[in-house]
Amino acid sequence: MAPKAQKKPQGKQMAKSSAPHKPKNSAINASRLMKYSRARIFQRKAAYKVKKVKTPAKKSAEKAAAAAFVVKKIGGDKNGGERKVYKKTPKSLPTQVASRKVQLRPKKTFKKHVRRIRSNLAPGAVLILLAGRHKGKRVVLLKQLESGLLLVTGPRKLNGCPLRRVSQRYVIGTKTRIDISKVALPERLNDAYFRRQRSAKKSAASAGGSADIFAKSDAAYAVSAERREDQAAVDKALMGAIKASGDGPMLRSYLRSLFSIKSGQRPHAMVF
Amino acid sequence: MGKLDKFVQVGRVAFIANGADSGKVCAIAEIVDQNRVLIDGPCTGVRRQVCDMKRLHLTGFHLPLPHSSRTAVVRRKWLAAKLDERWTGTSWAKKLEARRLRASMTDFDRFKCARAKQIRNRIVSVAMGSLRKTSSPKLRKPNKKRHLRKA
Repeated sequence: MAPKAQKKPQGKQMAKSSAPHKPKNSAINASRLMKYSRARIFQRKAAYKVKKVKTPAKKSAEKAAAAAFVVKKIGGDKNGGERKVYKKTPKSLPTQVASRKVQLRPKKTFKKHVRRIRSNLAPGAVLILLAGRHKGKRVVLLKQLESGLLLVTGPRKLNGCPLRRVSQRYVIGTKTRIDISKVALPERLNDAYFRRQRSAKKSAASAGGSADIFAKSDAAYAVSAERREDQAAVDKALMGAIKASGDGPMLRSYLRSLFSIKSGQRPHAMVF
Repeated sequence: MGKLDKFVQVGRVAFIANGADSGKVCAIAEIVDQNRVLIDGPCTGVRRQVCDMKRLHLTGFHLPLPHSSRTAVVRRKWLAAKLDERWTGTSWAKKLEARRLRASMTDFDRFKCARAKQIRNRIVSVAMGSLRKTSSPKLRKPNKKRHLRKA
């Protein structure tokens, strides 16, 4: 057999590639069953070539471990003469090593939960609120916030519903759509903006329990200047969008009216 | 018991009341037995098939079809008789269409419909009121029962 002309890249450095790393292993089904076993991946990655380097972090960990003890001399015969005494007794002194179960699908914190949205709820859709102080009102959906709640507005001029967060669950999405592509929402409208403010005193009291229990509860809610500003800006743009849409005057009266189930109407058979 | 003028006969146009083809009309191509017929609706999208009479509602239309006509013949006769226009012109078909439209109304449509009715009714009641004023006293007297209900 004629020898193949081997073209080995001479003097090529193992440069750190800036391209994103392509994983050598992949899952073949939903429960993360991997295509290659641990042994095969060891071969494919040529992990046998990689020399294990003792990381400095480990060294410092060992040092810290050593520093936790004090070596004390004890008297008596045939008992080692020394004892390692903890400087600070650890919280737990387990007699068995806890087995580290490998979490194939670790628990996701609430922040990482997937936020879903019903397919018929798109920005610009008219929603019917079913609960809360604005129940029965028809409002306009602006967007879905990070927490998954929907950001809606009346507009306040039409039905008194302000910029507000609302849960999908308490909402009927109608088929009516308003084109809000030209409506620019202020950047600061997020979950933190709408979060309820608790007074510092009260929160300290609940934490410490030493505050006066007869202290007056915090003053009634007062609308902040930035809320007014944002409401005015969004409403102005939205009213423009409503005017521009086909059914302008009818849409305005529609958003002003309240929804109710009339006699003979069956919600499950109705198209919204 | 109404008039016995619609017969289960070859060529009778029937309306399919339930099943996959519900809402469509077809022609009876052949009679199988007491309860079943062979139907065919090439112009309305009904495949040639055996159908139970219980699913069919007979219409007033009849095609001059020879029995066991194949689909092409049924199509030819159907088009010649202009059955599509004749069917959609019947009040039966119009009522079905009205029902379908009403069921597919969105919330906004329902609002617009109610608002339109309100405007119309106001015009009517205003006109009625002015008529009543100009009419004779006998006619002017309103219905007592209606009067009590208003209070």
